[in-house]
Amino acid sequence: MTSANLWADGRALAGPLHDVVAFDVTAAVGRCTGCGRTAAMAEVRVFDHAPGVVARCPSCDQVLLRLVHGPGRAWLDLRGLAYLQVPAPEET
Amino acid sequence: MMGTVSPGFKGRGRRTEPGVELPPGQYLVEDFPVLSAGPTPDIDPQDWELTITSETGDQQRWDWTGFRALPSEPVTVDLHCVTHWTKLGTTWEGVSLDTLLAEVETSAGFALVSSYGGYSTNLPLEDLVDHKAWIAFGYDGQDLEEEHGGPARLLVPHLYLWKSAKWVRGIQLGDQDEPGFWESLGYHKYGDPWQEQRYWGD
Repeated sequence: MTSANLWADGRALAGPLHDVVAFDVTAAVGRCTGCGRTAAMAEVRVFDHAPGVVARCPSCDQVLLRLVHGPGRAWLDLRGLAYLQVPAPEET
Repeated sequence: MMGTVSPGFKGRGRRTEPGVELPPGQYLVEDFPVLSAGPTPDIDPQDWELTITSETGDQQRWDWTGFRALPSEPVTVDLHCVTHWTKLGTTWEGVSLDTLLAEVETSAGFALVSSYGGYSTNLPLEDLVDHKAWIAFGYDGQDLEEEHGGPARLLVPHLYLWKSAKWVRGIQLGDQDEPGFWESLGYHKYGDPWQEQRYWGD
């Protein structure tokens, strides 16, 4: 295995996060607390050949998001994201 | 060998072997899977260093030349990854932590190991001594490949493999068991494969 296929693009977040958060993370925009890059989460680098899922900023490599699935529970760390902008329905 | 099927073969890369006792929940692999929480760091041995810092702040430091001048030894061990694979009889070359720690005065109970690239893992100091842990720089008769942690990685084979930090850079000794990268997010603070200590509370 080469370094090039150690990670996948941000669309690889959709499956693992589906049961944990109620929105499609790949449709969200996130801001990196490290370098301030603000972009679609579909563009992050996802390291999923690991004990958990690690999403990193494509600009500065900082960890944006970590997810660990255990039996019957999951742990989600979003400390590397200043915010997530998620699609939401219009208020009426 | 094409066309033969071994009894117990359960698909590509998965098998059991009669007479071999594995930790609970593990299966055997023949290849060496590459797991990583981040990009492989590009480390020039000229810039490489390893430090051990005691609880009082005293620091021992080795550059690559000094590290490789230390006595090393061959090590043959089984590897148990928390993602359920086990690889038997892996052969390494490394410097025993006993050798490195002989130059450090400490009464600390715990170690926080950090790596190039930002990874970290924690373990009791007693798990690094008495010929249980090495800084490995050779694998299978070759220099340790960077995807497996080269130029040097920690090797603590009696614990799950996430404790054997690739690209090791420093060991901070202290009186508190500070959780590392995975231990802070659900994974067990100790990680004994024979006790199946995968997650918090196991």
